[in-house]
Amino acid sequence: MADERHVDEFTGTQTTGHEWDGIRELDTPMPRWWLWTFYATCIWALAYVFFYPAIPLISKSTTGLLGYSSRQKVDSEMMAVAESQAGMIQKISDMSLADIRADDELQRFAAAGGRSAFLVNCSQCHGSGASGAEGYPNLNDDEWIWGGTLEAIETTIRHGIRFDVDDDTRLSEMPSFGADELLAGEEIAQATEYVLKLAGIDHDATLAEAGAEIYTDNCEACHGADGGGDREQGAPALRDAIWLYGGNRELVTAQIMRPRHGVMPAWGSRLDPATIKQLAIYIHGLGGGQ
Amino acid sequence: MTRSDENAPDSAADALTGIRSVSVTSGGGMAVAPVEQFDVAAVNTGEKPAMYKGREPIYPRRVSGTFRSLKWWIMGIALAIYYLTPWLRWDRGEFAPDQAVLIDVANRRFYFFFIEIWPQEFYYVAGLLIMAGVGLFLVTSTVGRAWCGYACPQTVWTDLFVWVERFVEGDRNARMRLDAAPWTAGKIRKKVTVHVIWLIVAFATGGAWIFYFADAPTLARDFFTFQAPTIAYATVAVLTFTTYTLGGILREQVCTYMCPWPRIQAAMMDEYSLTVTYNDWRGEPRSRHRKKALRDGLDVGDCVDCNACVAVCPTGIDIRDGQQLQCITCALCIDACDTVMAKIGLDKGLINYATLKDYEANKADEPAPTTWRSFLRPRTALYFGLWSLIGLVMLTSLMTRSRLDVNLLHDRNPVFVQLADGAIRNGYTLKILNMVPQPHSYVVALDGLPGAAMWIASDDAAPAQILNLDVGPDQAGTYKILVRTEAGAMTSKSQKFNFLITQTGGDEEEVAAAIFEGTAPE
Repeated sequence: MADERHVDEFTGTQTTGHEWDGIRELDTPMPRWWLWTFYATCIWALAYVFFYPAIPLISKSTTGLLGYSSRQKVDSEMMAVAESQAGMIQKISDMSLADIRADDELQRFAAAGGRSAFLVNCSQCHGSGASGAEGYPNLNDDEWIWGGTLEAIETTIRHGIRFDVDDDTRLSEMPSFGADELLAGEEIAQATEYVLKLAGIDHDATLAEAGAEIYTDNCEACHGADGGGDREQGAPALRDAIWLYGGNRELVTAQIMRPRHGVMPAWGSRLDPATIKQLAIYIHGLGGGQ
Repeated sequence: MTRSDENAPDSAADALTGIRSVSVTSGGGMAVAPVEQFDVAAVNTGEKPAMYKGREPIYPRRVSGTFRSLKWWIMGIALAIYYLTPWLRWDRGEFAPDQAVLIDVANRRFYFFFIEIWPQEFYYVAGLLIMAGVGLFLVTSTVGRAWCGYACPQTVWTDLFVWVERFVEGDRNARMRLDAAPWTAGKIRKKVTVHVIWLIVAFATGGAWIFYFADAPTLARDFFTFQAPTIAYATVAVLTFTTYTLGGILREQVCTYMCPWPRIQAAMMDEYSLTVTYNDWRGEPRSRHRKKALRDGLDVGDCVDCNACVAVCPTGIDIRDGQQLQCITCALCIDACDTVMAKIGLDKGLINYATLKDYEANKADEPAPTTWRSFLRPRTALYFGLWSLIGLVMLTSLMTRSRLDVNLLHDRNPVFVQLADGAIRNGYTLKILNMVPQPHSYVVALDGLPGAAMWIASDDAAPAQILNLDVGPDQAGTYKILVRTEAGAMTSKSQKFNFLITQTGGDEEEVAAAIFEGTAPE
């Protein structure tokens, strides 16, 4: 590398003095406006440091003259959103569930709001797709223990199920036929076969026949003669394809022996009425609403 | 090609104005009209090893001739297209805007006369941009930097700004005198007038831009009654600033330093590309005292070294230095030189449009090889073929495109739902895109799922084989559709079927393939 400054014969410009394989680098001067642009960006950067939070300190950063904060910005944006939704929320508060559902725009708004509230408050048990799990009902289907109308769903959400704190909570308790020795082991086996028969599942016909009487004496009052259940009492239907705790011999037996009783919190004290209405609209609209 | 000292200005007055009259004679030795001499040097002949280089003022002189006229015409047409297009109306019925060219960002629609483009059809715009790129290659490989010289907005607006400057301050010499003169009331008045007119032009430029994005008459009224959206004022402010700065202040600096195109073009051009050429074999050795030199029996070329070509150059270069990146091939030096040649009775074309091949042929006194045939080269054929192909593909797809589109999304959580009676239910979100500005209704039918029925999730209507759905003009209708098959009806765990969507009273038809999931039959 020859270190010799040189004037290029074509451009009349000096070279940098560097040479690589016979190629010299022109030392073309920068246009002065470029320099001014550079100064302008420097001034911009300084002004930014002056006006906006910029320099990190030990527990916080410098605040800047404008007092800008991205948290405040988020807050104000959230408030703006809340404000823009206030009209719709007010309407939802004022109107009946049926009227909300009949109004396309309100229905869409409520379903969207309901979905977001569902994901925050309900999905932990019912799943993000509301398809439930063992012991936690699937909300997409058309089987409802406490009723699938808009009002029934709203009541369930507001007061919960077997939630002691709420005086109006939905309450039902199936006796522990096995644990409390209300029925003998053989009788439980017979009742189980009868329940399986009602549901159209493979069963022992002889035992089921014997179980008919036991069912009439012990179960019919709540679950109905044909196993159709009773939503007023929160007694699930036994004859259909949907089982909260499983629909095979072993699990049905277990439920008769020592029933499990799920608890759902009452949301009336935690969520505002409009949100509960939106939740009801959303759940009702999942496809199983009645 | 060095300048001799004898040509140095010989008085202060000359130094100021750069004008001097010299007598030159034509080839026949006959005395003709005096030709003005300009004391001007090209800005890019620097020898100073400085870190930074200030912009040297350029005072382009007025010129008239073929190319100047052509440039005026192109400028007029280009500005007319730019300013008038948003005001053209095009009737699309009651459900769509009646602006011929409209980029409706808020509603995500682009209207161009009879064409309407939705965001997912943006590939048409991408195709146009590719065509513009290939077109630029095609133009450059045949007629050189014609884009730079005639059609580039930077050139057009700079031309307009120079015209304003000349209109107020006078031609080159007057402007130079004015700039050198002390600040008097008259000078201030002239300068303020120029800058005010520039700002008005810049404001009009930025102002016209926003009309492409909203209904022009409405926006114009809102704009001047201060009811337009902030973004409109911000856009106008930014474009006013950039137009004023780039067209009024920086001018050729944009072409020389900021624009990448001058660098790229070198690779686009070959020996068959037209470019502005100084025929040095004819002009050199140049002489300011041609008559005397001829009398002395010296060897002189046709160039009388009047510097007219440099004086008219908007980028302030000397074309006689050969091809250089600063040259935008506006051809004003051709007009200037031809005027001088005509004045002294020599052939025009000392500076002309020529390819390198032409230049060589002319030098050897052979017929110039450039004819219309020389535009037909493998390179231009390739560019043109590519350009036409993209254009034809786009045109064909535009003419045959369907204005109905459907998107179908199967529910994923849960994938299916078992109902109390053992039936299986699947959920789908069906989006029907009615891409014409009229409302339409559509019949949705199931195909390939025997015994299945469907209903709209938010409806109380009983499950049916067919749904009738309405979609508003130019809108996408979104429907949550639930489909159920009876218990035990499924033949496999997952069954393929189709949604058939047919426009009522129209010929548009779409098929959406779908899958029905469930439990396997026992």
